[in-house]
Amino acid sequence: MTATLTEAPQAQPAVDIEVARSWRTPIILGVVGLIAFVLFGLMTEGGGATTTFVLSRPNDLFTIPAITVPAQATAIALTVIAIALAGVSAWGVQNRRKIGMWLPTVYGIALVLAVLVWAGAGRTATSIQLTGLLIGTVVLATPLVFGSLAGTLCERSGIVNIAIEGQLLAGAFLAALVAGAVSSSTGSDSFGAYVGLVAAPIAGALVGAALSLFAVRYWVDQIVVGVVLNVLVVGLTSFFFGTLMRENPELNRAIGLPDLPIPVLSRIPVIGPVLFDQNMLVYLMYAIVIVLNIMLFKSRWGLRVRSVGEHPKAADTVGIKVNRTRVRNTILGGAVAGLGGAFFTVASGLAFNKEMTGGKGYIALAAMILGRWSPKGALAAALLFGFADSLREQFGIIGTSIPSQFLAMLPYLATIFAVAGLVGHVRPPAAENIPYKK
Amino acid sequence: MSAEQTTAKAVEEQDDRSVLRQIAESSGLVVALAVVASIVIGAILVVLASPEVEEALGYFFSRPADTFAAAWEAITGAYTAMFRGSVWNYNGDTFVQQFRPLTESLTMATPLIFAGLGLGIGFRAGLFNIGAQGQIIMGAMIGGWVGFAWDLPWGLHLIVAIIASVLGGALWGFIPGILKAKAGAHEVIVTIMLNYVAANLIAYALSTDAFQLEGSDNPKSPPIAETAQYPLILGDSFRLNLSFLLAIAAAFGVWWLMERSTWGFRFRAVGANARAARTAGMNVPLSIIGVMTIAGALSGFAGSSQILGTESSGLTAGVAGSFGFDAITVALLGRSRPLGTVMAAILFGGFKASGPALQVQAGLPVDIVLVIQSLIVLFIAAPPLVRFLFRLPAPSREKVVAA
Repeated sequence: MTATLTEAPQAQPAVDIEVARSWRTPIILGVVGLIAFVLFGLMTEGGGATTTFVLSRPNDLFTIPAITVPAQATAIALTVIAIALAGVSAWGVQNRRKIGMWLPTVYGIALVLAVLVWAGAGRTATSIQLTGLLIGTVVLATPLVFGSLAGTLCERSGIVNIAIEGQLLAGAFLAALVAGAVSSSTGSDSFGAYVGLVAAPIAGALVGAALSLFAVRYWVDQIVVGVVLNVLVVGLTSFFFGTLMRENPELNRAIGLPDLPIPVLSRIPVIGPVLFDQNMLVYLMYAIVIVLNIMLFKSRWGLRVRSVGEHPKAADTVGIKVNRTRVRNTILGGAVAGLGGAFFTVASGLAFNKEMTGGKGYIALAAMILGRWSPKGALAAALLFGFADSLREQFGIIGTSIPSQFLAMLPYLATIFAVAGLVGHVRPPAAENIPYKK
Repeated sequence: MSAEQTTAKAVEEQDDRSVLRQIAESSGLVVALAVVASIVIGAILVVLASPEVEEALGYFFSRPADTFAAAWEAITGAYTAMFRGSVWNYNGDTFVQQFRPLTESLTMATPLIFAGLGLGIGFRAGLFNIGAQGQIIMGAMIGGWVGFAWDLPWGLHLIVAIIASVLGGALWGFIPGILKAKAGAHEVIVTIMLNYVAANLIAYALSTDAFQLEGSDNPKSPPIAETAQYPLILGDSFRLNLSFLLAIAAAFGVWWLMERSTWGFRFRAVGANARAARTAGMNVPLSIIGVMTIAGALSGFAGSSQILGTESSGLTAGVAGSFGFDAITVALLGRSRPLGTVMAAILFGGFKASGPALQVQAGLPVDIVLVIQSLIVLFIAAPPLVRFLFRLPAPSREKVVAA
């Protein structure tokens, strides 16, 4: 027996001994860091080329001057920081120290900045609009946040919700339809848009009700129901789009929710335009994330919901109505996703189109898993996807030498890296997809 | 009794029950009534969408019979168009025209059979693989490239192109498999993401000179060399090709794999209870990788049946259509069993084939087919609902439903 083994139990708590060292995270961070160093550090245009970041918008309270940095030096410095962080991570593994989420977060920010510096190097005409990038992040993340919150609500009570996509689409459809009908009869577009926003959760709740009917009452496999409901909603909305909406164009017009800048707050540079100059749906999103996070983990209701999702029999024994809880949560979750569906039509000022959610429901599902079934995590994961999407749009504007298809791939590749390298094995609620039979 | 034998017995018992269960629940009557209920709901949609009915409704109280006549006409128009588009075109002048719809249904069913079989293996091993779409794309892309860029003798070229397709699909199944087995990455996330990666990859490939027709800037590849195309099996008048027979053979192969081979037994054991399988000494990670790779290979076959068969005029970004997603429903409807998958694929192939006729002859959006398809799956999955709708007495073994 070696000296370290005999000493270890005294020096450290017993838990640490059994854990095998996993080098996966430092290796992935290191390899990606090196690739970034070569691609974006060394390949960045040198010789005095600069990159300009713009932070302020015209009507801010005060102006933050644009930041101009020497491109190559900055990019190299940033990627070296990333590689150093991979080293810190390796040190943590070696010494069995747990390193918090700050490390991958800082790592990610460093790499993203390096890529931005690379993309904007030597461009005198264009600059990187950091604020615009962040506004895009919040906006593009909105449907994902609603979708993954819906998934969290359902799955915490033990119902797998693959039907997020369908709930989003149903919400988008009904919001457009109702907004069109109300605005053409009252003549007020913004009033119509608000009524559409109210109608959207009803459509989502209906899909949720169908899911709970089949899952709770008829004990059908929940994944089957979810997948099939998605197809059903695509079929129904496309059918009515091709018949009802085509014959009555006034029922499907581009009607948008007005922007509601919050006084003073919206004029703070960077934060203002990003957070406080949005429409009603985004403000609702803030509220719902906060309320759900508190309710799910700090309230009696939340404890009951989670107990139903983890151990329904125990919950039933102490008098919690398992199936009633599940039905309520599934319908509520559907309503939340339906509300998120309004993003595609009334909140974006677009008319409804066939399959216009374009797989966002599945991305929301991934965000839910990545966020480990918590509203807070769902928000973070959704913002990550939103940011990747926004980055792609920004690159599309400034134009880079990377083929656009690879830029489009970026968020998906990043997700695969995240789930394989950083998150690893996640544990869903234990009673998921198991019907409760007394 | 060793641990392995105990697990064996547990799996056998579970399968015995599920066979009984299948007979009990998919009794012909329930299936037939599920189809009837779906068709009735579809008919309601058709009536709602019909402008003639709306017009007749305007004077409903003076001549109510007109409304019903218009509704009946709309419904029969839609469903006869579907029948003529997918089974037998009795209006056709020649035998070829009459018989063609049935072969079209089988042609459409072919990729669904392949991909559905692969997904079914995954479902039985407890893996929810949504990645068939990406796997079909990769298979079609690589197989297609071998098909148009290589120059090989007749026979060999087809075989090499098929193998390339299968390898392409298998690679796209292997990635989520190994990430799940080695890093615990959730297969649902990874397969969804790989679908998007594949879609972008084919879009990129089609923008390069290697894939584009010379002197053209269209995102379309040159046609597949005739030496690499699946031979037509019913002559030049029909599109049905050899890949359909291969699909049927694959169904037998999957049946043998899952029911008769050690590997299939391991897959099922892992699906039934991964922990027990590990205790019994089975290599769970290897099984996961195996399942995903085989599923990917079968989807790669589906890709080959597209690019080397019906889509042989050239590779496009839409080569996979929506087959990858439809195959999920097919596998679920077929209860992940080979025979069930083949039947479900032919049913859905028929629905797909009926689309154009529905649009042209009945003037309806093809999307109504999606509604009817999904309703059928829902109703078949919930026999108690069907019995309730038709006021049938509940059988003694009621309410046993699973995937």
